[in-house]
Amino acid sequence: MEYVLVFISAILVNNIVLAQFLGICPFLGVSNKISTSVGMSAALLFVMTLATTVTWLLYTFVLVPMHIEFMQTVAYILVIAALVQMVEIVLKKVNQSLYQALGVFLPLITTNCAVLGIAILVIQKNYGLLQSVTFTIATAIGFFLALIIFAGIRERLELYETPKAMKGAPLALVTAGLLSLAFMGFAGLVNAPW
Amino acid sequence: MSDKKKLESTFLNMFIVLTVISLVSAFAIGLAFYLTNDQAEKVKKEKFDNAVKSVVPDFDELEERREVEIDGDKLALYRAKKGGAVVGTAVETVSHKGFGGDVLLLVGFDGNGNIHNSSILSIKETPGLGSNMDTPKFKDQINGKNPDSFKLKVKKDGGDIDAITAATISSRAFSDAVSKAVRAYKSASAQ
Amino acid sequence: MSVLKEFTKGFIKENPTFVLLLGMCPTLGTTTSAINGMSMGLAATVVLICSNAVISLLKNVIPDKVRIPAFIVVIASFVTVVDLVMQAYLPDLYATLGLFIPLIVVNCIILGRAEAFASKNGVLPSIADGCGIGLGFTMSLTILGAIREILGSGSIFNFKVIPEDANGILLFVMPPGAFLALGLMIALVNHIKNRKKAAA
Repeated sequence: MEYVLVFISAILVNNIVLAQFLGICPFLGVSNKISTSVGMSAALLFVMTLATTVTWLLYTFVLVPMHIEFMQTVAYILVIAALVQMVEIVLKKVNQSLYQALGVFLPLITTNCAVLGIAILVIQKNYGLLQSVTFTIATAIGFFLALIIFAGIRERLELYETPKAMKGAPLALVTAGLLSLAFMGFAGLVNAPW
Repeated sequence: MSDKKKLESTFLNMFIVLTVISLVSAFAIGLAFYLTNDQAEKVKKEKFDNAVKSVVPDFDELEERREVEIDGDKLALYRAKKGGAVVGTAVETVSHKGFGGDVLLLVGFDGNGNIHNSSILSIKETPGLGSNMDTPKFKDQINGKNPDSFKLKVKKDGGDIDAITAATISSRAFSDAVSKAVRAYKSASAQ
Repeated sequence: MSVLKEFTKGFIKENPTFVLLLGMCPTLGTTTSAINGMSMGLAATVVLICSNAVISLLKNVIPDKVRIPAFIVVIASFVTVVDLVMQAYLPDLYATLGLFIPLIVVNCIILGRAEAFASKNGVLPSIADGCGIGLGFTMSLTILGAIREILGSGSIFNFKVIPEDANGILLFVMPPGAFLALGLMIALVNHIKNRKKAAA
């Protein structure tokens, strides 16, 4: 039950993009088409889960025992960058079709603040490993949901005549604002147990 | 543009450069940590001391922290003494029911067990809404109240606390944290 | 003269927020008030100037293939230093900006400037570039923060401009307001640019 609540809370109530402002760049950048949004979200889910697991272990078993918690930022960003590179290499060797689907999104993920943000957040919230992983997966699904809805709206918006100054980013941002407003309706729906 | 040529990307060069850069930056960060750590600890302690001073009546000695477990959270209690007699108790309390995250408060009781004052240690509530928790208009309404007669719930839930406009969840979290502090205080006094 | 040009371009022509659309996360996440926006901008500016300076100094000794990891280490180190200093000397501000301080590491503006400018230019122009882009970023965040603060809380830089018991349009300090305000600001900038182009 607890885990269900955490999922609902991370997906609907505290949506990572619409309420916490993490991962905005890919949110605006790759949301033109539904198909690319799916690819990006899948790649993100994969990398984020892996990154949170590795950084959590690194923090708990290396940084804390050595009393160098303040090296967190540097250590994390290096781990994430290395991890993304490794995933790319492994994927290329092991599964060609999956690589073609996700490959182009991987380099973008290193500088996606959602990955680093969540890795730091689970430490701040004192989560255990299982809780961290659950929270990360739920967050990634929240990203996926927001991105898919957003891409759907944008695909339709393409067909309409819009003022010249509003074309592109402004319209996307205003749309995101309305979507965020809609998601605010979920506020108070559930309280995450942790 | 520059007369020197770029270093070539041989394995040895890459290895040496990255190692040197990492070592230098690790050293720089370590130095920065060493230089700022004392100050950071001092600021934290000062902030906490000021919070304690503001929530309990005037005291000259603070007892060691004691812990009481309420609803699965360990709450810390500090008894304030003046001239050897207990004049108040500060309780560090928390509610997980906040809108944006945990609500951390310090609640002070006077010698008679009435609420003396409270101080917000850390909240992540919505700016302009739940963050109004940290205004005298809201938080001071419990000051001087006897927790046995004053119901620590928002009016919507049948209590005596006036909720913050448009921030019932934050107000509930505040009430929850204070009522936990009351229970911790009572269970510590009973011992 | 050219140093001056590197400095001024960040304000309007290559404004990172309104024109290049970079660094959106902190732009949306920290601009609940003018002060918060400005502080975030200044923290990023300090990191940007330092990393630009160091990277332009090191540009000849960093082999091309490992330049990105090398840049990231340099940037992350400065971010950590800023993080530690703020924690020690500006604890209240540190608490408000929270997660967005370590996230300066992944702010595309900083790595972007390192790659596009500092790795190709001398120290002085790189510092000027860092100052210009950084202050342009700060300016945008302050403006956006001010707009949201006026509309949302009815105050500016914490000075109340509406009667004490009146409420602002709270929507603007909440997440949807951030998207709306930024979207409309960019539209305004685009509109002005279009008008200029039409007039020329």
